[in-house]
Amino acid sequence: MSFLTVLFACMFYAAAAMLVVGLIIKIRCYARTPAPLKIPTTPAPTTFIGVRLRMLREVTMFESLFKSNKWIWLFGFMFHVSLLLVTLRHLRYFTEPVWFWVDMVQPFGIYAGFAMVAGLSGLWARRFLVDRVRYISTPSDHLMLALLVAIGLTGLGMKFVAHTDIVAVKAFILGLMVFDLQPMPADPVLLVHLTLVAVLMAIFPISKLLHAPGIFFSPTRNQIDDSRDRRHLSPWAAKLESGAQTSPDA
Amino acid sequence: MAAPQFEVPKLTGYIDVPAIKPGASAHVKSFPAAAPIQEAIGFPGQLVDDWHDKAIAKMGDLLGRYRSLQVFMDACVHCGACTDKCHYFIGTADPKNMPVARQELMRKVYRRHFTFAGKYFPSLVGAIDLTKEVLDDWYSYYYQCSECRRCSVYCPYGIDTAEVTMAGREILDTVGIGQKYTNEIMGKLHRIGNNLGLPGPALEDTLQGLEEDIFDATGVPVKLPLDLEGAEIMLVTPSADFFSEPHVESLIGYAKVFHAAGVKWTLSSKASEAGNFGMFIGSYENMRRAAMRIRDAALDLGVKRIVVGECGHAWRVAYSFWNTLTGVGHGGNDPFARQLQQQLDPNYPAPQHICEYTHDLIQQGKLKFDKSLNDHRVITFHDSCNVARGSRMGDIPGGQFTIPRDIIRAVASNFHDMQEGTIHEATFCCGGGGGLLTDDLMEVRVKGALPRMEALNNVVQEKQVNFLALICAICKAQFTKVVPYYGFDMSMVGGVHQLVSTAIQLEVPEDAGEETEATDD
Ligand code: SF4
Ligand code: SF4
Repeated sequence: MSFLTVLFACMFYAAAAMLVVGLIIKIRCYARTPAPLKIPTTPAPTTFIGVRLRMLREVTMFESLFKSNKWIWLFGFMFHVSLLLVTLRHLRYFTEPVWFWVDMVQPFGIYAGFAMVAGLSGLWARRFLVDRVRYISTPSDHLMLALLVAIGLTGLGMKFVAHTDIVAVKAFILGLMVFDLQPMPADPVLLVHLTLVAVLMAIFPISKLLHAPGIFFSPTRNQIDDSRDRRHLSPWAAKLESGAQTSPDA
Repeated sequence: MAAPQFEVPKLTGYIDVPAIKPGASAHVKSFPAAAPIQEAIGFPGQLVDDWHDKAIAKMGDLLGRYRSLQVFMDACVHCGACTDKCHYFIGTADPKNMPVARQELMRKVYRRHFTFAGKYFPSLVGAIDLTKEVLDDWYSYYYQCSECRRCSVYCPYGIDTAEVTMAGREILDTVGIGQKYTNEIMGKLHRIGNNLGLPGPALEDTLQGLEEDIFDATGVPVKLPLDLEGAEIMLVTPSADFFSEPHVESLIGYAKVFHAAGVKWTLSSKASEAGNFGMFIGSYENMRRAAMRIRDAALDLGVKRIVVGECGHAWRVAYSFWNTLTGVGHGGNDPFARQLQQQLDPNYPAPQHICEYTHDLIQQGKLKFDKSLNDHRVITFHDSCNVARGSRMGDIPGGQFTIPRDIIRAVASNFHDMQEGTIHEATFCCGGGGGLLTDDLMEVRVKGALPRMEALNNVVQEKQVNFLALICAICKAQFTKVVPYYGFDMSMVGGVHQLVSTAIQLEVPEDAGEETEATDD
């Protein structure tokens, strides 16, 4: 077994572990931290179903962003939808036989690759062109975009410029999933592509990519507007009431 | 109006997004609180020696107590969607008044102390240590935010800068840096029972004087009862309603509505303040302590309903937080909440906004108006930020927009809304909310009012609007001071119930004098 194969296998196991463990830690932290006060941004739904629908609109259509700024919405939406399609397209490397709907997504996935890079470029351009966005951009914002663009471009490169041995790649990935290592093809573009994906997975739980789980826990979006009809009391606030203690840190 | 020490923005007819001017409002700092003021509300009198560690510890404490803060610290992607949404940025062009940059003041420190990336790669992710300069910046810019939540409407993750501002102020207070205006008022509220520091006897005098004024003007013996045990309704209203113009005109309006409804109602000397600046400084303890007065007064007087007067942040606290803080509401099943809730009438929302109350009576046809008495007015309505984005009226989402407008249309004939994008959930703060209503912050108050003034000016030009109807004591005080800077007459500022007061028709008792018209001007 080649050194390369072992290296990439280890890298992916490590990245996957960081992604999963990191996300579990973060999500547990969000879930366990109380929201002591009712702070939905109103007008807000008054029912549970309504809140679910609000969240669905936020997650699938970026409703608030649409209200806010059509350019960011356009580029952001383009990027995220494309990313979804591209990811679905990549499921063919993880399934044998390939699920029929993954087959159906294939052609869309290809175009989505271009749209993804276009969307990212639009978002990146704003970081240079709009003075307000330039002001708030940090090096990590640029690096994150660079990372995603590079992943997109290397992926497109393998599709349109220098084909890689996808049969071997698939064998490697299927092997990874059952801890049965198969040789990793030594195609430089592929190696770069996969390394960057591993980096993305690893930094997910320690970067602003936390917006993905974060939105589900955002109290301004996930709370029901029913404060007059239902008494909302967090554990530490309840303690205040029983007079047990004035404040957790007191 | 003294000559301003700063340049008042020119009205252009459009709400322009300015090019950023770093540091443009860095010099604007409100007066800090002296030691006695701080200590009266449970904070250190001056900057404590171990401020760094204490501040970080407090931040950790708040991150563990408020999911909002924890999620908001992590979730921002620097997309920039909020950057042009804050009225203080639009008015001052200072980039630190962009919501995301205001959050970033804290997020940079959060990253440094609470995240892996910030601990090991600080410059990469823009993490910095907490220094004295950083605290100074916090003090400047967390007191240039009115906690109006406009930014939270537009953020794809609902990040509410108000939550960050509140946390920032709480941390500052904890290490001994407080703002004089807010904290002094907080202390007065605890000590005396209202923001104006108006003791019970003075209040009684004032109310008697008002009864006489109303009688002289209308010939109707409208009462403003105080501490009336066994009353059905307790009205809790901002104390400015007792003394300030134009606030008092709305108080007269509420009294007339209660009179027309024939209900037994009362004010309370203990709960003589609806406002609660505990929210502004993010202090749960102070906010709860202040709100307890309302619970206690309700229990003492045995009232069945609690109605809240025209005040924006007070209504947010009342609507969204009272049930949590003090059990004023319904649906509690613990002994503390039940003690009060058993007493409250389940047929009415608790608490209820005065506009909901009046609106209900109008729906039932119980109030009579002569609209023509408001014919000299061409009216527009400003949605108060805390009512618009932090509360509701009525049964359906958005009732806070329709109900006040319905009332205005019921009592007056000339009403015009300001332009889309400046009303309803998109409303711009008056510029004086969130603890900024102090003369030492006049520059940001005037500049922060710019987008509202643009929208107002447009309806003044196009529709000859001459009355700005409000439902908030802070909005009333702020606009009275600020509209003259933009060339408007301060007498155009007034309350929704002032309009009600003008048009309402009360029955004059047989033996009363010859005056028949109810009017406030
Ligand atoms: S809460 Fe209001 S004042 Fe504060 S940053 Fe957001 S928009 Fe500006
Ligand atoms: S809109 Fe939200 S995510 Fe975007 S920069 Fe502002 S706070 Fe951050």
